[in-house]
Parts: sequence; structure tokens; C-alpha cells
Amino acid sequence: MSSRRFFAVALVVSLVLAGVASYYASSHPDGLEHVAEQTGFLHTAEDSATADSPLAGYQTSGVDDSRVSGGLAGVIGVVVMLLLSTGLFWLVRRREPHVDVADGDRENGENAENAENSENAQRSHRPGA
Amino acid sequence: MHVPDGFLDAPTSVATGVVAAAAVALSLRGARRELDDRTAPMAGLVATFVFAAQMINFPVGAGTSGHLMGGALAAVLVGPWTAVLCLSVVLVVQALLMADGGITALGTNITLIGIVTVTVGWVVFVCLRRVLPKRLTMVAPAAAVAALVSVPVAALVFTALFAVGGNVSVDLGAVLTAMLTWHTVIGIGEAVVTGLVVASVVAARPDLVHGARPLLVERELELRPGVTP
Repeated sequence: MSSRRFFAVALVVSLVLAGVASYYASSHPDGLEHVAEQTGFLHTAEDSATADSPLAGYQTSGVDDSRVSGGLAGVIGVVVMLLLSTGLFWLVRRREPHVDVADGDRENGENAENAENSENAQRSHRPGA
Repeated sequence: MHVPDGFLDAPTSVATGVVAAAAVALSLRGARRELDDRTAPMAGLVATFVFAAQMINFPVGAGTSGHLMGGALAAVLVGPWTAVLCLSVVLVVQALLMADGGITALGTNITLIGIVTVTVGWVVFVCLRRVLPKRLTMVAPAAAVAALVSVPVAALVFTALFAVGGNVSVDLGAVLTAMLTWHTVIGIGEAVVTGLVVASVVAARPDLVHGARPLLVERELELRPGVTP
């Protein structure tokens, strides 16, 4: 599967989960909330400072239809996540010139990071990679 | 397991905040070794997928639900350092945008759902990878077991934090028992989702699965005699 196709499928799955399937998710309290209620400390929970924000509780304020309201909040969340996290990881990643397979030999015995580079270079030359 | 504001007192929240900040700083350094031009977009997608999957609460009986935490999943797919960053971005977006998990509890949530599940998940996965047959088909089952273990351990750590800094005194034995019981059941859901997702990615693109790398590297390129490079 090509990278482009793989990433497209993963993104569509995320959008469908957040935008459509989330409507059918269980609305029961989660494990922690349930235990808090059962054992008597749920009342200590306070509203978050962001409780009045436009997407609080995965509902878009101003949209009455709960299916649309929840779906829209989910899709906005996915888009924000994708931009924010991909941006962060793109900044954090190693930036090095492409290493040729021919360089592999002289890297033997050098430090671990170079060994890893030669590994990467070899992998990227595998058929189908 | 998103902890709301108010469950834990200020000193405990500050302490987990410091732990979370230190872990994120370390992970920013560590993730450099895991991220390159190919894996950086993959890491972004994994974080996005975990966010989306966390919206899907599945019922676990008696009026309770659970959802994927995703620490073990992210660790196996993109490596443990990057996974801590993935979960941290998810938790920050959830707290700021969706009011899911408290603001003063953000450090607690990064500690529990980021650091604990990623660390436990990765350690269990690596141990299993060492003892299981060195085959790609073993990656998903190992990830599933890692996920299963990671959830009750996070519940255990929450209980410990609550014992130290709970804002109300309740029967801690009851909290411990209930937390472990429910989160073991939720852990089964975590294991199923993690196993299925990892199996799918291994089938489609094993080279993009961080935890599968050692199994792929064994097939090294070699120069055959008589071939001039």
C-alpha cells in the first residue's frame, strides 16, 4: 500500500469515528466516573475552566441537532489534532541528508545513530517499501 | 479515565504537572531518534486516530463505559517517546477545546494516560517480543497484551495519587477494588482495539510499525559475488 493511500485511509477512519460513529458511543459514565460515584467522591469534581468553550463536551454550541453538533465537534477536533501533532512531529524529527546505501560500509563501527541511518537507508531501498 | 478538576488537591496536581512537564521535555529529545521524514506524518496520524478513538465509549456492563486510552497502541506504532507526545497533544486538545479532563488535572491526565500507559505498554510489549517467535504475526498479539496490562496499572496509579491527594476521605480499599475491577474489563476492550489496529497496520505497512522494526531489519541487503556495485 502506498504511503499516500495508507495515510488517506487512516484519516478517513479517524474522521468517520469522530464525526459519525461517536454519536452511537455509550453515554454511560466512564470507569473512573462510575467508581467515583460508587465510592462517594464524584461530588468533588469541578467544572473545567473551559466548560463554556464552543466545543465543550464534544458538542458545538449553537447547533441544535445533537448528531450534527457532536459530529462537527469531532471533525473539528480531528482537523486540529492533525495540524497540531503533525506540525509538532515535523519540527521534532531528525533532519539529515539522504544517506546512500553505498555509504553503509564505512559506517560500520561508528556511533549508533549513524548505524541507524544506514539501517533506514537500507530499509528505504527494500522493494515495496 | 480523564480526571476532572477537583478530585486531587493542589499539591498533588502540581506534582503530577511537574512530572508531566519533565516527561514531555525528555520525550521531545527522545522522539528525535524515532521521527524522520517518513515517520513524522505517521506519528501525527496516530495522535489524530487516538483522539478520534477516544470519542468512542464502549459499554462495559452495569451502566459503565470505557474507551481506548491508546498508550500501548501509540508506543508500538511510533515508539515510546513519540507516543508520550502523541497522548500529550491529545490530552491538551481535549482539555482546552472539549473540556474533557480538567485544566489543573492536565498534568495528572498526562501522567496517567500518557506516561503510565505508554511506559507499561512499551515495557510489556518489548518483553513479549523478546520471548515470542520473531515473526510479524506476533506483533499484534503482543501489543494487545501490553494494552490489556496498561489500563489497570493506570487505574492503580490513579488510586495511589488519590490516596495521597484525594480531596475527600473515602474508603480507599473500595476505591482500589472498584478501579482495578472496572479497568481490567476496560483493558479487555483496549486489548481488542489495539490488537486489531496494530494487525491492520502490520498487514498494510509493516515498515511503519516502530515495534516491528527489529523483525524487519534481519532481512538485510547483501552484495552477491560477481555483482559490481
